[in-house]
Amino acid sequence: MSKFTITVNGQPREVEADDDKPLLWVLREDFGLTGTKFGCGASLCGACTVHLDGQAVRSCSVPVSALNGKPVVTIEGLAQDGQHPLQKAWAELSVPQCGYCQSGQIMSAAALLAKTPQPSDEQINQAMSGNICRCGSYPRIRAAIHKAAGSS
Amino acid sequence: MLKFLPQTSRRDFLKVLGLGAAGLVVGCTGSPPASPGTPVSSATPSPAAQLEELNHFVKIGADDRVTVVVKHSEFGQGSSTGLTAIVAEELDADWSQMAWEFAPADNKKYANTLMGIQGTGGSSAIANSWQELRLSGAGARALLVAAAAAEWKVPVSEIEVSKGTISHKSGKSSGFGALAAAAARQKLPEKVLLKDPSKFTLIGQPLPRLDGAVKTNGQAQFAIDQSLPGMRIAVMLRPPKFGAKLKKLDDAAAKAVSGVFEIVTVARGVAVIAKDFWTAQKAKRLLQAEWDFTKAEKRGSAELFRDYKKQLKTPGPVARNDGKAEATLAGAAHPVELEYEFPYLAHAPMEPLGCLVDFKNGEVDLYYGAQLQTVDQASAAATLGISQEKVRINSVFGGGSFGRRATPDSDYVVEACSIAKAAKEKTPIKLIWDRTDDLHGGRYRPMSVHRVRGAVGADGKPTAFFHRMVVQSFLADSPFAMMIKDGVDATSVEGSANSDYQIPNFRVEVHMARVGIPTLWWRSVGHTYNAFVMETFVDALAHAARQDPVKFRLAMLPKRSRRRGVLELAVEKAGKPPQGGGRGVAVHESFGSFVAQVVDLEMKGGKPSLLKVVCAVDCGIVINPDQVKSQMESGINYALSAALGEAITLKDGEVEQSNFDAYKVLRLPAAPPIEVFIVESNAAPTGTGEPGVPPLAPALANALFAATGKRITRLPFTLG
Repeated sequence: MSKFTITVNGQPREVEADDDKPLLWVLREDFGLTGTKFGCGASLCGACTVHLDGQAVRSCSVPVSALNGKPVVTIEGLAQDGQHPLQKAWAELSVPQCGYCQSGQIMSAAALLAKTPQPSDEQINQAMSGNICRCGSYPRIRAAIHKAAGSS
Repeated sequence: MLKFLPQTSRRDFLKVLGLGAAGLVVGCTGSPPASPGTPVSSATPSPAAQLEELNHFVKIGADDRVTVVVKHSEFGQGSSTGLTAIVAEELDADWSQMAWEFAPADNKKYANTLMGIQGTGGSSAIANSWQELRLSGAGARALLVAAAAAEWKVPVSEIEVSKGTISHKSGKSSGFGALAAAAARQKLPEKVLLKDPSKFTLIGQPLPRLDGAVKTNGQAQFAIDQSLPGMRIAVMLRPPKFGAKLKKLDDAAAKAVSGVFEIVTVARGVAVIAKDFWTAQKAKRLLQAEWDFTKAEKRGSAELFRDYKKQLKTPGPVARNDGKAEATLAGAAHPVELEYEFPYLAHAPMEPLGCLVDFKNGEVDLYYGAQLQTVDQASAAATLGISQEKVRINSVFGGGSFGRRATPDSDYVVEACSIAKAAKEKTPIKLIWDRTDDLHGGRYRPMSVHRVRGAVGADGKPTAFFHRMVVQSFLADSPFAMMIKDGVDATSVEGSANSDYQIPNFRVEVHMARVGIPTLWWRSVGHTYNAFVMETFVDALAHAARQDPVKFRLAMLPKRSRRRGVLELAVEKAGKPPQGGGRGVAVHESFGSFVAQVVDLEMKGGKPSLLKVVCAVDCGIVINPDQVKSQMESGINYALSAALGEAITLKDGEVEQSNFDAYKVLRLPAAPPIEVFIVESNAAPTGTGEPGVPPLAPALANALFAATGKRITRLPFTLG
């Protein structure tokens, strides 16, 4: 067990945890930020995607000891009041079905738009291929990314 | 056909609401949801506004908020939004004042009228609630009107209600909230009028999902997110083969892990109870278990297919027998024969299953995405040794189900309860599965083999169809076993034995295979394989008869078949077939809805590639066209995922897929453009959660045949 200070959504937070405890479980269990989801535990489904220093990472596979002071942003901190252009487009187009994967989908899409404000379909394919949606909301995810790109 | 009545009697209304002669149940509940679509269990409560319960389904707060009590699960189908719209329509509420919350487990008030128990399945949420919620909305409206008339001392007939405002020509007007308490004391009028469908303003509109916001900002609450003070986390170690028992356990190393509280042995395996998930998982890996495989299923997929094919050669129980199929085939000049193989499939909902159990003082609270509330209540009660009334189910969003959460033996709920019972310290315990638990957890879509023979006469019309299959029945040995009649489980043969194709000699046989692998309904159940068999075989017959596959189908369909309308619409909307590629069609009825799909393939670098899917659906009166489209898109992608990548395989009785690297599901780049068209209908509404699934795989296989001449009879398959 070691003590870690992590900047999450702009706030420094302290946690005592095993070095190998994944960031996902620190966020969910120690900080109560349950918007980030557990789906596979092996970087295969993307449900746990957060931003680490602006990059989309799979928090289930990032040990808390490997953060090196880099800031973490979760779905709860993506925008004030959940009003990121992607979040608005997601709700307007009724993208979510069961909704479980959508935090991860939105975080992956947000990292894409931050670097590529007007992504092509091919760029969307590349950025989003790591996020599984079993409800098959993929056509709407693609449409919502394009919609948000148009409005941002 | 219009199934609902423009008006109904008070007696019918009361019957529907389950109130009997006792009159309205009036009462108050806790705080209303903070925002529309936020279930009470997951919301930050807004300042307390008293809710007047106007009937079991409608609550109105002093703040004008109308809360619809949703008796069904919400795991993606969007029915919570649709059910709310039905009430809002008859209530003449404004859409912005609507919210919903999950119903508690209470079979007397909230039974699925098509199932007789409280539960969600068979794409029945809208279908079974349609009349019930229209009456509830209209009844609540009548009470508000009566209250306004009494307060304003004017005749009821002079009161108008529109968009949440009750008004009278004298200039008096009120919102719902101010009259809710008085309304709850009113007597229901003799007749409750339902709206003429031509006056609908909300039903038929593409309203955005009410849970759209909470499912994009991280607030939506699932079982895995549930928390109570002092809560501990449990994970389970289960035997590597189905039916094995624990022989010996060395848990010393696991117990020594800091943060582990208890290790308990229960019927389904060994549970580690720890302070958090990561600790519990680490300890689980240190458990040293020896298993007794005496009664375990030890066959692998290869042996099972071998045994199934052996059984396929022998006659089986008869599910349908029109005319003389065998004799007709024996005399046919060019009979067509195909054999099919389908693998086990996992549902793999994105949320690994789990349940929070708070068991104390002989009572229990369960927090999870419940699907068969009444069954789970009974199972939990039996496991915990308490009465059913002492089991409270607090429903939350389900992170997908596709049938997985509706288990006749309540598998994961029983597992969680058995851990809570075995634990020495009575703290709240949350069971969390991981992806391997999910994929190794059984309850698969059953594997099956099929032999189909058919023939076309000299006039180009089919003369015989003989379909024999070998498949496990998941109803056998379950509380639903009484549904099996004369050795035939109707869910095994649905989509074949009840087809409306007019073939004079039509025979379907089914062998119920006995295998120790637990199976379950999987989104669209028997239709998943029977639609594939039927629609690819009909395609093969059309090819043998040198006929256009669409015309061939239309010639076989009765004049009144609603399959005709969707097939014609889908083909019309699909436009010209692709050049140099291939087009496939399939049309199927399931759960009372009718869906046709046209799949177009193009050739890219010499390989077939998916160009687009065009879908037409007839599900009667449409509550929300956008959600119908959404469910069709979902069904298409779910079916495409299974057709091209999914299979659970076994070796020596052990499942070979442990995560999404080996269990290959559809990802965004492979998802095709989809166009959905809806047939206008006045028929009573039917479901859309499942019916989008069955036609996709056969339409795709037929397109592949058109493009390459290769006939697909084994799933999953590849395009190139």
